[in-house]
Amino acid sequence: MIRLPLVLLFSAFLFSTGIYGVLARRNAVMVLMAIELLLNAVNVNLIAFAAELQDITGVVFALFVIAVAAAEVGIGLAIVILLFRNRASINVDEVDLLKW
Amino acid sequence: MGTDLRLDSVSATMILVITGIGALIHVYAIGYMAGDPRYGRFFSYMNLFVFFMLMLVLGANYLVLYLGWEGVGLCSYLLIGFWSDVPANAEAAKKAFITTRIGDTLMLVGLALIVFRFGTLDFEAVFGAAGTVLTKDAATAIALLLFAGAIGKSAQVPLHVWLPDAMAGPTPVSALIHAATMVTAGVYLVVRSHVLFELSGVALTVVLVVGVVTAVFAATCAVAQQDIKRVLAYSTISQLGFMFMAAGMRAYGVAMFFLVAHAFYKALLFLGAGSVIHGMHDEQDLRRMGGLRRLLPITFATFLVGALAQAGIPPLAGFFAKDAVLEVAQHTGRAAVYALGSIAAFLSAFYLGRVLFLTFFGEPRSDRARDAHEAPPVLWVPLAVLAVGAATAGWLTLTPEGRLTGFLEGITGPTPAGQGVAVAALAAVATVISLVALASTWWIYGSGRVDWVGFRERLEPLPRAALNGWYVDRAYDTALVQPAKAGAWITAYVLDARIIDGAVNAIGGGVKLLADGGRHLQTGFVRSYALAVFLGAVTILVYVGVRS
Amino acid sequence: MIPTPALEFRPILPEILLCTFAIVGMLYEAFARRPDPVPHLAIAIVGIGPAAVTAYALWDWSGPSYVLGDTVAVDRFSVVSRFVLLGAAFVGCLYYTHYASRDPGSFRGEFYPLTLFATAGMTLITAANDLIVIFLALELLSLSLYVLTGITGRRRASEAAMKYFLLGAFSSAFFLYGVAMAYGAATSTKIVGVAAPGIVQALAGQTGSQALALLAMALLVVGFAFKVSAAPFHMWTPDVYQGAPTPVVAFMGAATKVAAFFALIRVFDVGLQPLTWDWTPVIYGLAVVSIVVGSVVAIAQRDVKRLLAYSSIAHAGFILTGLTAANSTGIGAAMFYLVAYAVVTLGAFGIVMLVSARGEEQTSLDAYAGLARRSPGLAALMTVFLLSLGGIPPTAGFIAKVTVFSAAIGAGNWPLAVVGVVASVVAAYFYVRVIVYMYMREPAEGIESDDGVMPRIAAGVLAAGIVVLGIFPGILTGILEPASIVRW
Repeated sequence: MIRLPLVLLFSAFLFSTGIYGVLARRNAVMVLMAIELLLNAVNVNLIAFAAELQDITGVVFALFVIAVAAAEVGIGLAIVILLFRNRASINVDEVDLLKW
Repeated sequence: MGTDLRLDSVSATMILVITGIGALIHVYAIGYMAGDPRYGRFFSYMNLFVFFMLMLVLGANYLVLYLGWEGVGLCSYLLIGFWSDVPANAEAAKKAFITTRIGDTLMLVGLALIVFRFGTLDFEAVFGAAGTVLTKDAATAIALLLFAGAIGKSAQVPLHVWLPDAMAGPTPVSALIHAATMVTAGVYLVVRSHVLFELSGVALTVVLVVGVVTAVFAATCAVAQQDIKRVLAYSTISQLGFMFMAAGMRAYGVAMFFLVAHAFYKALLFLGAGSVIHGMHDEQDLRRMGGLRRLLPITFATFLVGALAQAGIPPLAGFFAKDAVLEVAQHTGRAAVYALGSIAAFLSAFYLGRVLFLTFFGEPRSDRARDAHEAPPVLWVPLAVLAVGAATAGWLTLTPEGRLTGFLEGITGPTPAGQGVAVAALAAVATVISLVALASTWWIYGSGRVDWVGFRERLEPLPRAALNGWYVDRAYDTALVQPAKAGAWITAYVLDARIIDGAVNAIGGGVKLLADGGRHLQTGFVRSYALAVFLGAVTILVYVGVRS
Repeated sequence: MIPTPALEFRPILPEILLCTFAIVGMLYEAFARRPDPVPHLAIAIVGIGPAAVTAYALWDWSGPSYVLGDTVAVDRFSVVSRFVLLGAAFVGCLYYTHYASRDPGSFRGEFYPLTLFATAGMTLITAANDLIVIFLALELLSLSLYVLTGITGRRRASEAAMKYFLLGAFSSAFFLYGVAMAYGAATSTKIVGVAAPGIVQALAGQTGSQALALLAMALLVVGFAFKVSAAPFHMWTPDVYQGAPTPVVAFMGAATKVAAFFALIRVFDVGLQPLTWDWTPVIYGLAVVSIVVGSVVAIAQRDVKRLLAYSSIAHAGFILTGLTAANSTGIGAAMFYLVAYAVVTLGAFGIVMLVSARGEEQTSLDAYAGLARRSPGLAALMTVFLLSLGGIPPTAGFIAKVTVFSAAIGAGNWPLAVVGVVASVVAAYFYVRVIVYMYMREPAEGIESDDGVMPRIAAGVLAAGIVVLGIFPGILTGILEPASIVRW
C-alpha cells in the first residue's frame, strides 16, 4: 500500500513538469504533449483518491478525463495542422500577428 | 389637487381686466406692430401670456397659480427682449427675469413650507385649516416668503429695478404686462392669501411699509425721468405701492378696486405714449417733444383723460381709487401713511402734469415733433374706449358701501371702517393737492415763465440722482453683481480651468500612459500568456496558503 | 456495485435536443451535395426553439431538485441561463448566415452543429450539480469554441484558435486539478449530495481535509477566471476576439461569460459556500484587477473588436464585484448584469460585423469615422450599445452597474464599488470616443457598409431590449428574483 501523500507529491511533480513544458516549449506539438501530462497528473490524483477513499467515482472520472484528453488532442492537432498550413511552421513563438 | 380651477369674485374681476383690457391692447398692437418682421411671433407670445395670466388668477391652488406665475414671467422675458437684436433689450429682458426670480425662488420656498405644513396647496384647504395648523411665526414665515414673490413680480422696493428697464419691450407689452396685468399679480397673490397674512399680522405691516415706501420712492424717481415710458414705469411702481398700501391695511377690496382703475388709466397712458412715440417716429425723449396737442388731437384728448384720472381729478377713476386708500389710512388712524400717501399723490399729479405739458403744450422742440402725425384709427379707437373706462371706472365704487368692494366682500372680507375726518373733507383735500400739483407743473413747464431746463440744472445733483433711480441699480451692481461676477470668474478660470481641469487632464494623461504600458504587456506570444495564467494561479495559491 | 440512478431525462431535454440537431446538422453537412446556409439555419432553429420550450417547461418543475443520480440540478436559475444562452445561439446563427452569404466561399456548415454543441455544453454547465459534469460540459463548450474560432481558416483566425486552445487546455488542466482536490477533500464530486453527502455537506461538516478544499477552491477559481476572462487570466481574450470571425465572437463573448459565471455561482455560492470567507477575497482581488486592466488598457486600443474584448474583461470584473456579496442580492445583481451584458455584446458585435464588410478588414476605429453619415441606423444602434456598455442611463447597462455596486456595498465592499465607479469614468472615455468617431469625423474614403437586413433587425430588437430594460428593469428583476436563490 503506497501512502497517499507520496502519490499526491508525485502527481504534483508530474503537473509541474507539464507546466514547465507548456511554458518552455516552442513547438506546438510539444506543448500539446505537456498538456497531456497535466491531464494525466490529475488522473493519478483521481485514482489515488479513489483508492484511498474506497470510492469508485474517481476511477470513473479518470476514464472520462482520458476520453476528454483524446478529444482535446484531436482538436489540438487539427488546429496545429491549420496553423502549419497557414505559416509552414508550428513554432508558437512565430505566431504573434495578434498583439497589443 | 391637480389642475383645479376656481372662479370667484376676485378671479372674475381679474379675468375681466385681463381679457377686457387685454383685448383692447391686442387691437392696438395690430396697428402698432404692423410691418414688424416677427409679427406672428409677437402675437403668439402675447396670447401665451394671456393664457398663463388666466391660469394664474383661475387656479384653485398654489400649484396652478405658480404655473401661471412662472409662465407670465417667461412671457414677460420673451416680450421685453422681443427686439433682441439690440443688446440692451436682451439685457433688460435678462434683468427682468433674474430679478423676479429672486422673489419667485423665495415664493417657491414658501409654497414648499405650505406643502410641508398642510400637505396640500389647495386654497380652500390651506385657508380653512390655517388657523389651527399654523403658529403665528409659521404664518409670518410663509406670508413673507409669498410676499417676496409679490415684491419681485410687482416691482416693489427693493426688487423694483427691473421694471423701468422693461420698457425696452414694445409699448403694447408695457401696457398689458407691465402696467395692467402681470405686475398686479403680486397684489392678487396678497389678496388671495390674505388669510395667511392676517394670521401673521407682522406680514401685513411689512406689506404696508413696502407699499408706502415704494409709492413715495418711485414717485420721486418718476418726476425726473426724461423718457416718457420710464416716467410711466416709475409711475406704475408707485401706483402698485398704493395697492399694497391698501392690502396692508386689510382693505383688500380697495386694493382690487385700485387695481381695476389703475389698469384702465395706466394702459391708456401707455398706449397714448405709444401713440406719441409712433407719431414721432420712435422718439421717446420728453425734451424733444412739445406742442403735440395740435398735431395729435385724439391722442392728446385721451392722454389727458388718463393723466387727470391718475392725478386724481374728480370724477375720474383715479380719484376714487386713491381717495379710498387715503380714506382707509386716515380712518384707521394711520396718520403717517395718510401723509406719505398724500405726498405720493402730489408727486404723481406732478409728474403726470410734467409729461402732459412737456409733450403736448408749448412749442415743438425738435423736427420730429414738428412732423408728428396722428395715429390711425386702429390705434386711437382702443385709446378712446380706454379713456371712457378710465373716466368712468370710479362709478364701480361710488355708492357708500362700494359696488366692487361689496362684490368682493365674500372673499376679501369687509373694508375696515373707523372714525375720522369726513369723506367729503378728505376728497376736497385730495382734490386740492392734485390741483396744486397740476398748477405748479403748468407754471413750470406750461406757462413759459420758467426756464425749466435751467431750473433743473440749479437743482443738481438731485434730478440726476432721481433720474438714475437714486442709484439703486449702481449700488446693486457694486454690492452684488460685480462680486458675484468676480467669484464666477475665479470659479471658472482659476478653480475650474486650472485646478480641476488640470487635475483631470493630469489623471487622464497618466491613465493613457498606463494604458500604453499595459497594452505592450500583451506581447502576442502565447507562452507569455500561459505564464500570466501560471503566475496568477500561483498568486492565488500563495494567498490562500498564507491566509490559512 | 454501482447503483443505477432513476432516469429522469426531462431536465436535460434541452441539451438532448441541441445535441440531436447538432448531429442532424453534421449529417446534412456530410451528405448534402452543396451545403447551403438556409437548411443549416433551419436545422439549428429547429433545435434551439424546442430546446427553449422544454427549458421553459422546467420553470414550474415539481419533481426532485436533483436528477440523474444528483448530477443535474433542476431550478429556475438554470432555466434563466438556458434562455439567455439559447437566445445567444440563435442570434449567433443568424449573424453567421448573413456573414457567410457575404462571402460564400468561406462558408463552413460546421458552424451550426458546433454552435449547438457549444450551447449544449453551456446550458449543461449551468445546470450541472456534479464537478464531473461541469468538467465535461466545460470541455464540450471549449472544444466547440476552439474550432469555431478557427473556422474560417484565415491566418488570424488560426492564430486565435491556437492561442485559445493552448491556453484553454492549460487552464482547464488547473480546473481539473482543482476538481480532483475537491474530490479528495469531500469524497464526492457532487456539489449538493442527496443520496450521499456532497461537497457542500462534507465541507460544512468538516469531514474532509481543509487544506485540500482550499487548494481545490484556488484552482477552480483559475479555471473559471480564465473562462470569464478575468485578469490576469484574460490574455487570450483580446487576441481571440480580434482574430475570430465576428459572428463567433458575438456568440462566444455573450454566451461563454453567461455560462461560466452561472457555473461559477453554483460552484462557489452553493458548493463552496462553507468556504465563503476564503473565496470572497480572491474574487475581490480578481474583480479589482479585471476592472482596472480592462478599463485602462482599452483606452490604448484602436481596433474595435480588441476594444470590446478589453471592455469584456472590465465587465467580468464588474460581475465579480456583484459576486463578492455572497448572497441572493449579489447573485441577482450578477444575473441581471449577465443578461444585460449578453444582449449588448450580441448587438455590438452584430454592428461590428456589418461595419467590417467582407473579410475582417474594417474593424479599426477609422472604419467608424463618419458612420452616422453613411448609415445613421447602424451608428444609432451602436451608440445605444456603447452607452449601455459604459453604464449610462437610460440603458440596461446603467441599471446593471448600479445593482452590482449596491450589492457590493451592501456586503461592505464599498472600496470595490469606488474602484468600479472610477473605472467606469475611465471607460466612458473609450466608449464615447467611438461615438465621437461615428458622429463627428469625416467618413473615410472607399469604405462601404454592409446593408444586411436580418442582422440589423436582430440588433434593433436587442437595442430596444436594452433601452426597455434600462427604463423598466422590473421586467427582468421580477423574473430573476425567484431564480436567484440557489441553495442546497
